[in-house]
Amino acid sequence: MKKLLSGNEALALGAYNAGLKLAAAYPGTPSTEIMENLARFPDINTQWSSNEAVAVEVATGASYTGVRALAAMKHVGLNVAADAFMAASTTGVKGGLVIVVADDPGIHSSQNEQDTRHYARLSKMPVLEPSNSQEAYDFMALAFELSEHFDTPVILRSTTRVSHSSSLVETSAEKQPAAQAAFKHDTAKLVMVPTAARVRWPKVLKREELIGEYAENCPCNQYIPGNAKLGIISSGIAFQYAKEVFPEASFLKLGMTYPLPKNLIKEFSQSVETIFVVEELDSVLEDSLCRMGISVIGKKYIPRSGELNPDIIWAAAIKAGILPEIKDTLPKINTPDFPKRPPLLCAGCPHTGIFFTLSTLGQRSALPGKPKREPKLVLSGDIGCYTLGAYPPLSAMDTCGCMGGSISQAVGMEKAGLGEPVIAIIGDSTFMHSGINGLINAVYNQSKITILILDNRTTAMTGHQGNPGCGIAANGQTVTEVNLEELVRGAGIKNLQVLPAFDLKALRNGLKNAISSGELNVIIVRGECNVICRKRSLPNTIDTSLCNRCDACLLLGCPAIQRDGDKLFIDPGLCTGSNCNLCSQVCPQKAIKTNEAA
Amino acid sequence: MKKFGILIVGVGGQGVILASNILCDAAMAAGYDVKKTDTLGMAQRGGSVVSHLRFDKEVSSPLIPQGQTDLIIAFEKLEAARYMEYLGKQTKAVINDMAMPPASISLGIAEYPSDAEILEGYKQMGIKADFIAANQAVKELGNAKMLNIYLLGYAASYLPFDHEILAGAIKKRLPPKLLEGNLKAFAAGYAASR
Repeated sequence: MKKLLSGNEALALGAYNAGLKLAAAYPGTPSTEIMENLARFPDINTQWSSNEAVAVEVATGASYTGVRALAAMKHVGLNVAADAFMAASTTGVKGGLVIVVADDPGIHSSQNEQDTRHYARLSKMPVLEPSNSQEAYDFMALAFELSEHFDTPVILRSTTRVSHSSSLVETSAEKQPAAQAAFKHDTAKLVMVPTAARVRWPKVLKREELIGEYAENCPCNQYIPGNAKLGIISSGIAFQYAKEVFPEASFLKLGMTYPLPKNLIKEFSQSVETIFVVEELDSVLEDSLCRMGISVIGKKYIPRSGELNPDIIWAAAIKAGILPEIKDTLPKINTPDFPKRPPLLCAGCPHTGIFFTLSTLGQRSALPGKPKREPKLVLSGDIGCYTLGAYPPLSAMDTCGCMGGSISQAVGMEKAGLGEPVIAIIGDSTFMHSGINGLINAVYNQSKITILILDNRTTAMTGHQGNPGCGIAANGQTVTEVNLEELVRGAGIKNLQVLPAFDLKALRNGLKNAISSGELNVIIVRGECNVICRKRSLPNTIDTSLCNRCDACLLLGCPAIQRDGDKLFIDPGLCTGSNCNLCSQVCPQKAIKTNEAA
Repeated sequence: MKKFGILIVGVGGQGVILASNILCDAAMAAGYDVKKTDTLGMAQRGGSVVSHLRFDKEVSSPLIPQGQTDLIIAFEKLEAARYMEYLGKQTKAVINDMAMPPASISLGIAEYPSDAEILEGYKQMGIKADFIAANQAVKELGNAKMLNIYLLGYAASYLPFDHEILAGAIKKRLPPKLLEGNLKAFAAGYAASR
């Protein structure tokens, strides 16, 4: 049956039809929808794990009982999971184990760009790279078979454009039955004490060789004959772009990019005059080919950074002299630099109040016409919706590097002897992910920072997934909530305040007290994400006869407050009314009226 | 038929993605191979949203190469201008005559461009754009949320398949209680284009 599926939907359905029993993931764009789609199948055990290392460990444990298991994450998540990932490679598997990693070329929604194929070389695991939804579906079944046949976890690498594009998929009506869990004691394989690991590792190296031999005939590596002048070697979405640009060329399309089918590549290279390697991100394929003594062109013309598209490949081919300059070029359009439209904290966002408070206390924003001041307070940030507080007008974030890093980085600054107060800002989900490690460290090392945990009761940035603190499981069921206050107190925090997110006075006083105490403080700022709780009342309105255009309300950065010529107004379609009311608390003229629902 | 490329652009929350999903379903029902991809920036918090959609006997790249857009449907004026590089001489343009100023404009850091500035690239390309007051039209129909379906209705006459196929796709995607109003919006949009 033909269906239009996104790459992530196809990966999920492929795994389900392959008899998957358990799936674990931490949400992260562009990988999130894999778990969201798996969680719709009641016969698969699904979980949002607290972080990616946990997800890989959970899936590995399941595999040890002989069932098929999967862990999914984005590229940076694999860094978190690297230890668990290497451990799984060493022991190998019992039931098939697939680790899906979605890279983000072009950094649409990440803190960096990295090429997961490098991890394959490190771990000696095979990598499958689908180039459309059909292959995402088919390669999933293949990945489980390879995993069990070669006793290895398999990396299934996607990229944003594969995960987040939809194409037609011929799906199978049949579903393989899932295996029953059973544990067979096998310490030589599963207990990696040095004596056992020393025996196991050469087997991993041998396994890599065997998979390389298999790759020569793997149906996922395709030779597509064409013009003998030009041969293209490519993989993943880059193949689809290259196919668009060179419809006549010969192609070696690699569905498995590690280990490589060396003989197949040699044969191909002898059958064409010029070889152009078209790959997104790093020169992983090109470097391997060069080591094999094959002369190719590639990254000299194709950028190593950013997302590819047909136009980039077209331009590269012209520069390389492979394609002629197009004569009938389109007119070069000259347009002004249009204003950007960066994402913003939503109207009614529970993070707006605390960022506004930090911004005013930290002297980060100034009313129009007033001079800018030197910012006070150092704000150590983290990853989530609240990272958007870094944009003007709030501008209330000074660092943001990796999941859970805010608290530890703040401790580092304080311990380095920074004179100003240091404040760490982290969301509830990120705190549960790995921020808690930083908290424990801060307690143990007697740090004097203030830690803000912004608890909006969800993992909002990736689309409102559950986390241990909000008591909603991946399949939507209500489960036990991990109590944030008790957790923080249990770690040894003496000074804990829980403040309401929409009360500016309480936020300001609480924050001032915490900073001036000079001790280690945790403030939980609690307010539900408005996008999910949808609490709203009649929208606020601006009494234009009272408004003197001081623009203080605009410093909130609320998208509902807009300008029409010289007048400010509140968009009734966006405003959440008295559920938020931050603007009426900010207005010195009392010009913003709240309209309580009758 | 030559590959048909549709670019749908707008602001997060306007219903761009649903509109492009419905168009995909319709192209599939019309018997084409279909590929589409959405670019959402950092998730969907009020940022700029663009959806690429292509159909043909066989489609490789889900991204439309420069100059190969046959139809652009813009839900907001400034967004209509932002993706100009994808337009070609053959492009048909349906632009919602409505401005949603980004925060930088409310704060007085930037200026919202004039219609002439927005249309400059279209002019250079020789594209005659249809500016339509879609927000006003759906307001009169009684529900601002039907904007995307109204715009689909307007754009239907530029598609290489019958508008009834698109109406059929809408029936399949929308929940029954929203169907009647939306089909009315679709019909009104279609009528306005003729």
